[in-house]
Amino acid sequence: MSLRFKLKNMKIKKALVIGSGALKIGEAGEFDYSGSQALKALKEEGIHTVLINPNIATVQTSEGIADTIYFLPVTPFFVEKVIRKEKPQGILLAFGGQTALNCGVELERSGVLKKYKVQVLGTQVDAIMNTEDRELFVKKLDEINVLTIKSEAVNSVNKAVRAANELGYPVIVRAGYTLGGQGSGFCNDDVELEQLAQKALNHAPQILIEKSLKGWKEVEYEVVRDRYDNCITVCNMENFDPLGIHTGESIVIAPSQTLTNTEYHKLREIAIKIVRHIGIVGECNVQYALDPQSEDYRVIEVNARLSRSSALASKATGYPLAFVAAKLGLGYGLHELKNAVTQTTPAFFEPALDYVVCKIPRWDLGKFRGVSKQIGSSMKSVGEVMAIGRNFEEAMQKGLRMIGQGMHGFVENKELEIFGREEIAEQLSNPTDTRIFVIAMALQHNFTVDEIHKLTRIDRWFLYKLKNITDLKSEIAPYAEIYQLPQELLHKAKQFGFSDFQIAKNLVKNTRKDVTEYSLKVREHRKKLGIMPVVKQIDTLAAEFPALTNYLYLTYHGSENDILPENDQKSVIVLGSGAYRIGSSVEFDWCSVNALQSISKAGLRSIMINYNPETVSTDYDICDRLYFDELSYERVMDIIEFENPRGVVVSMGGQIPNNLAMRLHKAHINILGTSALSIDRAEDRHKFSSMLDSLDVDQPRWKELTTVKEIYKFVEKVGFPVLIRPSYVLSGAAMNVVSNIGELEHFLKLAANVSKQYPVVVSEFIENAKEIEYDAVANKGEIVVYAISEHVEFAGVHSGDATIVFPPQKIYVETIRRIKRIARQIAMELQITGPFNMQFLARDNDIKVIECNLRASRSFPFVSKVLKTNFIDHATRVMLGEKVEKPEKSLFELDYVGVKASQFSFSRLQKADPVLGVEMASTGEVGCLGEDYYEAILKSMLSVGYTIPKKNILLSTGPARSKTELLISARMLHEKGYNLFATRGTQQFMENNNIPCTMLHWPDENAHPNTLEYIKSRKIDLVINIPKNLTQNELYNDYEIRRSAIDFNIPLITNARLASAFIYAFCRLKADELAIKSWDEYK
Amino acid sequence: MTGNPSPAPVVQSVQQSNARLILSDNTFYEGYSFGFRKAIAGEVVFNTAMSGYPESLTDPSYQGQILVLTYPLIGNYGVPPMTIEQNLLKYYESENIHISGLIISEYSFESSHWNAWKSLSGWLIEQQIPAIGGIDTRALTKILREKGSMPGKIEFAGQSAEFTDPNERNLVNEVSTREVITYGSGKYKIALVDCGVKFNIIRKLLERDTTVIRVPWDYDFTTIDYDGLFISNGPGDPKKCTATIQNISKALQQDKPIFGICLGNQLLTLAAGGDTYKLKYGHRSHNQPVLLKGSSRCFITSQNHGFATDYSSLDDEWEELFVNLNDQTNEGIKHKSKPFFSTQFHPEASSGPTDTDFLFDEFIDKIKFTGESERR
Repeated sequence: MSLRFKLKNMKIKKALVIGSGALKIGEAGEFDYSGSQALKALKEEGIHTVLINPNIATVQTSEGIADTIYFLPVTPFFVEKVIRKEKPQGILLAFGGQTALNCGVELERSGVLKKYKVQVLGTQVDAIMNTEDRELFVKKLDEINVLTIKSEAVNSVNKAVRAANELGYPVIVRAGYTLGGQGSGFCNDDVELEQLAQKALNHAPQILIEKSLKGWKEVEYEVVRDRYDNCITVCNMENFDPLGIHTGESIVIAPSQTLTNTEYHKLREIAIKIVRHIGIVGECNVQYALDPQSEDYRVIEVNARLSRSSALASKATGYPLAFVAAKLGLGYGLHELKNAVTQTTPAFFEPALDYVVCKIPRWDLGKFRGVSKQIGSSMKSVGEVMAIGRNFEEAMQKGLRMIGQGMHGFVENKELEIFGREEIAEQLSNPTDTRIFVIAMALQHNFTVDEIHKLTRIDRWFLYKLKNITDLKSEIAPYAEIYQLPQELLHKAKQFGFSDFQIAKNLVKNTRKDVTEYSLKVREHRKKLGIMPVVKQIDTLAAEFPALTNYLYLTYHGSENDILPENDQKSVIVLGSGAYRIGSSVEFDWCSVNALQSISKAGLRSIMINYNPETVSTDYDICDRLYFDELSYERVMDIIEFENPRGVVVSMGGQIPNNLAMRLHKAHINILGTSALSIDRAEDRHKFSSMLDSLDVDQPRWKELTTVKEIYKFVEKVGFPVLIRPSYVLSGAAMNVVSNIGELEHFLKLAANVSKQYPVVVSEFIENAKEIEYDAVANKGEIVVYAISEHVEFAGVHSGDATIVFPPQKIYVETIRRIKRIARQIAMELQITGPFNMQFLARDNDIKVIECNLRASRSFPFVSKVLKTNFIDHATRVMLGEKVEKPEKSLFELDYVGVKASQFSFSRLQKADPVLGVEMASTGEVGCLGEDYYEAILKSMLSVGYTIPKKNILLSTGPARSKTELLISARMLHEKGYNLFATRGTQQFMENNNIPCTMLHWPDENAHPNTLEYIKSRKIDLVINIPKNLTQNELYNDYEIRRSAIDFNIPLITNARLASAFIYAFCRLKADELAIKSWDEYK
Repeated sequence: MTGNPSPAPVVQSVQQSNARLILSDNTFYEGYSFGFRKAIAGEVVFNTAMSGYPESLTDPSYQGQILVLTYPLIGNYGVPPMTIEQNLLKYYESENIHISGLIISEYSFESSHWNAWKSLSGWLIEQQIPAIGGIDTRALTKILREKGSMPGKIEFAGQSAEFTDPNERNLVNEVSTREVITYGSGKYKIALVDCGVKFNIIRKLLERDTTVIRVPWDYDFTTIDYDGLFISNGPGDPKKCTATIQNISKALQQDKPIFGICLGNQLLTLAAGGDTYKLKYGHRSHNQPVLLKGSSRCFITSQNHGFATDYSSLDDEWEELFVNLNDQTNEGIKHKSKPFFSTQFHPEASSGPTDTDFLFDEFIDKIKFTGESERR
């Protein structure tokens, strides 16, 4: 993109961009994309950019994107300090989600921006406030006769009930100033309302009670306005799920499908009217409810900033919203900017699509204990995918595969455990995360479209389209072999988005044939018939103007390819990481983007395949060709066969591409770097284990077992606790530590359900062991660069949830020496060329290997940025066969410390037990730097939402060992003047050790003073609750304490070692003493 | 990166291949019929709008044309009822379908909308218009973009047609009213020259306290009493409308306000002594950006035209009012001293964006102002 225009606002020489911090539910990777675009737009103008964002795994916090980067908490306190130091003339608030917006509003209100003469670029704060405060918002829209939902703002439960009775039930509760609708929900009566209002008021001073329009269509417009009052709507989007399901939880299609021209343009006209009246300069999102029986409408809300929807709209249309919004903030007019895709026409236009786009949310509710699977007006999904097709069926089936939870599309999946029409009907009216598959089931149980419509209020048009898919399934059903299938039917199936696997599964039925193998036959057969997908461009103008666009997708609705392969052996394909989910998110996007950049630097053509609209890797100007498409074997092979590349990189996108390695290898595809056979040797537990044995490297005792009897025998030998899990795990699906027979039986059942193909693995669990990460790049088995980091928590907390310190501060030199030796041995044995990661357990210099992944890991961006050595660049160059020198710098020479801390989103997941275990639960992370360990840990804990407690701390310290562990820190707290409260056992323990402490009763005791009462009245500033696995009672009590801490927005720590590290840190350092140093100032 | 297409791997469609679109360069596409089975010929043009097929199909400016819609899913919301309001069909732009044939990627056999009266397919069959689905409309559009709009024909087994160029016909004569029709009873009398007027133009005028006297394209409106003259949109080559041009020339001698849209812009140009020309493939979409000359104000407009005004051919009595930001073609002209103006785009929208609706107010304001100064 080359935009060479004179800078409109010459005053701005330095601008501050506020990031969104750690990824959390409701605020995820989309802000890395929008922030990166904004930074690029500013940089192009020669503006010095300063970025505050502790999210170290993002692309925006990489070298070359922002000029100065602060890995600091996004809070008014720290932002003010950065402003004081950097003295920027301008600040951008719209690119870091609600976090940045709230922070900006706070800075304006407190007069900080005025004090330092910082100009807000783009939409001004008073306009933002008009959209954020519901009462002001409604008033503002009333002024221009735009209809809003009738509602009342209240600040107490009583007032909420009164308002609801005036409006009439059902009502919806909305909490202002929140991310993704937190604390929001529907209520049918006083009782439900009282509960929800109480909870919502804990998150926000004011909540909104409004009449529910459940069942209305939900439609969004993305509007852009410049300072000349020129407006465009870049995209409109229609929710598949009607009002009642949060737009982040809904399947969304762009452009709208069921709106007539008058509806489309009526809402468009109103959107523009609103944006003008509010005074947006930049980008804005307007959400509508549209009556399915008339043209009546209501405005639901307006977001005066880049949002998840705007990221989606950018990807759906090819219109770079964030980039353009940043330019408009500098004073440009839309007509003065170029359409980045055509390069000849201006940015003042509205994209015309000649395809449809389908966004589908990705949930991970199975990872949380106790959470409700129902979906509704608050957001629970952790990621999303976008599928592009030339009809709805194609886009939908692609999208359902992309979600990556073992589904093959709309049909041909493993059966849901729902029985009979009644249960189906019940599930249709009370949707859960499997709603779409319940619809598939309903159609196959002969529910009519009308019946499903009545139960779901989903527009019949969508249901008819879905029925086309189930009908086609029935059409294929009579056939048993692919060569019997009529050609027309096969082609139609492909046009309706059926994968080869789905067709194979349908044909194979219950015979003994292997479906995966048979799907290769389907592929072969259809290729013989010439039934192949075509490559189409996304060009923003539906082919009206020639475009040089490299933004591509595949479809079966076409007779020609828009582009030709280059066929010069200079193309390298990088497979991306797919939907963000627990265990795989922005860190793999960073890896992919860096790999693409290294490929380009090597003079080769970089080709990306990925389908996550929240990412930078799916930005078409990050690579030479972007295939926004599936990462399935079938689609990857389609693209490889078309492009005929030099090779494919499978080690950057996490587990999805890694799992494809063997199949691609079998298809004789050149995998760059470590061979697929080595990958298999590391992934396959048996092969890996016997390799370790032959190298004389220790590992925890384990056994792969298929019967309960064998398991008992094994457990008897090694003793409890044991770790059980299925093989080929990603972030520990169904993995668990069990400490007794009862738990063992329970979890065995779950594990067996997860994957029948692979047996259960039981291994010895070593308590109180340190967990150590080893990230490295090797070249033909020789280590090129490496990093060793240690977990703060003992083993047992998933490495994705653990707090990680780099360089390690508390490991024996001997331990490090042994780890390096083992890693060298393994790298050589597997002839690793490229990135890899190993995890070790260490107790008293006794080292055991627990994991080995021959791919980039979650911690690559963290260690790369702390060490200032780009591991991915090294890895990519090695894989491309370049000669790579070992860098001079070593981790032992760093004069500072980095700490990576995890972000949890428990507050969004009602009823989930906020406790850490071997199952990963965090949704994001931060990485902060400090002069020492304590400074780094304090900064990172503050970055993930902890606050330094003011006065009162509740301790409930669990088993004896953690009680002892926390004794010194409790004494420190006491000496610092904190008031300590504790549950009975802890209180006695503290008193016995001469630490004064007030006893609070357990939640289930009907006595005062009670823990719950203290938490609910928010008398407590920090809750430390260390769980112990004892009686049901205790479990309940601990759960109640933890859950109410979350619900009442009180910081909670559940790990003794982390608690003690945090306490040490804030007792030693005041917030004011934390160094405001940018990344490049740490030398 | 190259933009050249690779050879087609295979051309086939979802349903039985039973209809064919053949272009005059001999390219052909096979698809399934979802309209009336009748071989026809016309000029093949494409439109990139994503909504509004009932409005487009009844737009008289499409007379003689085979319309290709680039948006792939068509028919989703059926077609609305034939409700009559103010003597006009409420949901349509004229009394019947004007396109000769319809070409799309996928027809939605099931439709869903509260205001759906029948299916698109049912309506096409009733009006005897052929339609083909299952065609790579993107590939087709690229051909039209590269080679320009061209004659084409739709054929069925056993039924063929001869290529024709409808622009050689007087298409305006085919679509214009035969008689004078009066709508409304408002204060301002508008003489509306119907070269193929879209109903929404009449509606927009009626919303503004007017009486609209709709006259045939060749009617000498200078003989009737009116406050303002409106020259409508319409199909084909403006130079075929010699009678209209002559009448407009007479009106240019007077001082009564004139407002022209689309073909009206071209006719005003010709009447003022300027020239028009045929664009390679025209503008047919909902997303055409125009700039108000001498300002930084831009508007998204709805357009449907194959011919354009050559602004440089006009004398210095005239100035350019709007210009297209994509290709710098003329989007409107304005007389420097008299209340005459016209736009190439469609301020009445329907279908399309409504950004320039204010131009109707402008017209009425000019009428008001002229009336007042006359009284003075």
